[in-house]
Amino acid sequence: MLAFILRRVLIAIPTLILVSIFVFGLQKLLPGDPILVMAGEDRDPAVIEFLREKYRMNDPIPMQYLYWAGDVLRGDLGISLRTNQPVTELIASKLPVTIQLAIMAMIFALLIGIPTGILSAVRKGTWVDWLANVVALSGLSIPNFWLGIMLILLVSVNLGWLPASGYESPWVDPVKSLTTMIMPAFVLGTGLAATLMRHTRSAMLGVLQADYVRTAEAKGLRRNTVILKHAFRNAVLPVITLSALLFGELLAGAVLTEQIFTIPGFGKLIVDAVFNRDYAVVQGVVLCTAIGFIGMNLLADVLYVLLNPKLRALS
Amino acid sequence: MTIKKLMTALLASVALTTSAYAADLRIGLQEDPDALDTDQARTFVGRIVFESLCDKLVNITPELEFVPELATSWAWYNEGKTLTMQLRADATFHDGTPFDAAAVVANIERSKTLPESRRKSELSSVETVVATGPHEVTFNLSSPDATLIAQLSDRAGMMLSPTAAAAQGLELANNPVCSGPYKFVERIAQDRIVLEKFPGHYDAANYSFDRLIFLPIPDTTVRLANLRSGDLDMLERLAPSDVAAVKGDGSLQFSAATSLGYQGITVNVNNGARSETPFGKDKRVRQALSLAIDREVINQVVFEGVYAAGNQPFPPTSPWYDQTNPVQARDVEAAKALLKEAGLDGIKMEIQVANNPVQMQLMQVIQSMAAEAGIDISLQATEFATMLKEQSAGNYDATQVGWSGRTDPDGNIHSFMTCAGGLNDSKYCSEEVDALLNKARTSTDMAERKASYDAANAILREELPIIYLYHQTWLWAMSNKLKGFTAYPDGMIRLSGVTME
Repeated sequence: MLAFILRRVLIAIPTLILVSIFVFGLQKLLPGDPILVMAGEDRDPAVIEFLREKYRMNDPIPMQYLYWAGDVLRGDLGISLRTNQPVTELIASKLPVTIQLAIMAMIFALLIGIPTGILSAVRKGTWVDWLANVVALSGLSIPNFWLGIMLILLVSVNLGWLPASGYESPWVDPVKSLTTMIMPAFVLGTGLAATLMRHTRSAMLGVLQADYVRTAEAKGLRRNTVILKHAFRNAVLPVITLSALLFGELLAGAVLTEQIFTIPGFGKLIVDAVFNRDYAVVQGVVLCTAIGFIGMNLLADVLYVLLNPKLRALS
Repeated sequence: MTIKKLMTALLASVALTTSAYAADLRIGLQEDPDALDTDQARTFVGRIVFESLCDKLVNITPELEFVPELATSWAWYNEGKTLTMQLRADATFHDGTPFDAAAVVANIERSKTLPESRRKSELSSVETVVATGPHEVTFNLSSPDATLIAQLSDRAGMMLSPTAAAAQGLELANNPVCSGPYKFVERIAQDRIVLEKFPGHYDAANYSFDRLIFLPIPDTTVRLANLRSGDLDMLERLAPSDVAAVKGDGSLQFSAATSLGYQGITVNVNNGARSETPFGKDKRVRQALSLAIDREVINQVVFEGVYAAGNQPFPPTSPWYDQTNPVQARDVEAAKALLKEAGLDGIKMEIQVANNPVQMQLMQVIQSMAAEAGIDISLQATEFATMLKEQSAGNYDATQVGWSGRTDPDGNIHSFMTCAGGLNDSKYCSEEVDALLNKARTSTDMAERKASYDAANAILREELPIIYLYHQTWLWAMSNKLKGFTAYPDGMIRLSGVTME
């Protein structure tokens, strides 16, 4: 087992190197000159030349990459060209924000998606099913930015119930943290809830036709017991797998949601960095994301092997 | 605890936390500022924060006159080559370091020598700066420089604690120490910048808020929604399209000041191969385009009538504006005649424009106006950083671009229109204009300077390397409980005397 994990980690290293080269190269392909942006409106030639030297922009691109990679190996992701803050610090402060948003959105998605999925499967063909489908389709079709702005106008401006945007850490003020995150998490969760609802519904429909459900009903069990204990337990397995897979999508969706609600998370960090040509930040963020994905994949592989003896024999 | 009790407790804590401190002022900004070090900073939005954080040597009035701040008075000697300033004796930096002549010397030297400093060109005329008394400082200039006072009324004149600057170096950007009415508490990138009242400030009695919280909210709709829901007390750069909504909202008020900057079309007249077109080489074609544009209609259609139409580098509200040459009316027939005179039946050109909806709309209006005069404009929507690079490399016919503006008129024209000007991307070059603009920057006599600018602008109006279009207006929206706010043409938020009912 240990050998298997070790081998997977070793395979991950070239992937990471490739990703980092790719990101570095892509950034250099972006039109626009970061130094021209950094020099300010006055574009003082002496400042421009100094900054080019300081950030090694005069060196050939492969050399620039090697310098950067060397720093990364020493744990230094550089400093933000825009604000002078260390990139590692920025990432460490933004990541928990986005994870909180994603977890809350996932809770919303599960709370909405699974019960409506069950309900529409059980009441297939009735108005309940029809309504749930309409809601699910709307959830998928309404763009996040529109729903976000509408909710801000309704809930914050007209009703005055929740703050319109911003963020507070749950460690500083848990209640305020919740109130600022409810709307964005709901907006981010709606699309996902729709997907989960559709999958729960079809899984439930399949299970409800199964022989053991009919047997359970024949035994005279109450309908709710049959649905929740016998049918749902079996139907929920693929839904859980799907939720785990969708978690990655949630992180991507957070980019837009964070922009609308001005949440200082990972997504906003990278979008602002790209527009400001803040190379160090973009590279750092993408590298971290890549490490995260590779780590998750590795974990999944290990879990599969642990759970499936056939694969264990192969490894 | 019963559920009911729990809910009550929860609601009570929500009420407590959302009502914040009574004496907080929450200001919505359009962008997140850059480095909070007055020497390294380069953005407009950063200056808004500095205005409360850092005192300057000189301040301005809404009419652009210079008034004392850290310097109590100043005088020119030696035919404009020596400037002596008397300084206040009762100012202190936030870390307790006293403000004196030695601190000014240290600050000016840092601005001039720190390799990362963006202030070098602003202070290039300053050869040496000497403490000629405990509270008197003397600037020795290489040549007379009429713009220096204006520079000292902005970031170049903002004073950092010399103790903190020496100890922190570039790190100062993350923990700035100045002498302004508010001191730095914390910054969470892309989320907030918090300042708190500095009780040791010499004018502390005139600042009524305990804390200032600057919240960058880039989306104009969301920024306004935050103001309307009470999560902000004021915001800067309201979108012109939202002015009607603010005026119609009984709980809000609105304030405006024409900015010092301009927006126009910069034409490539001499910057590499792409200037070799009738548009770049024949001033009659540029005049035709200018005549084809109805600047008032643009202001009404694109900017809801709240901006100001323009035809000069200075806005009509500026004392430097040439009132004898106001914005000309549209004249399509004259434009067609000029094209004919230039031997052209019609002309095609490509204009770069920043890819945001407002600038695109502006250029689409101009595109259709120009078409009526036989000028076929194709628009190239370009992301701003890229546009700037193409422009300075000469890879363009023309660009719709502007300038945020400076207090001294020199800052709006010299670098753009002199042969060796650092921002002269059109590469327009005329010895006559150079002589006039150089003369204007060395004289301290306003009438003499004005005459030089009028003469230079008369030539430029004929040559049109930049076709000026309009001047942006700074728009602030705020709760109507806020009293005493004054709009300044530099777009800053000055909080002296501002109170919340």
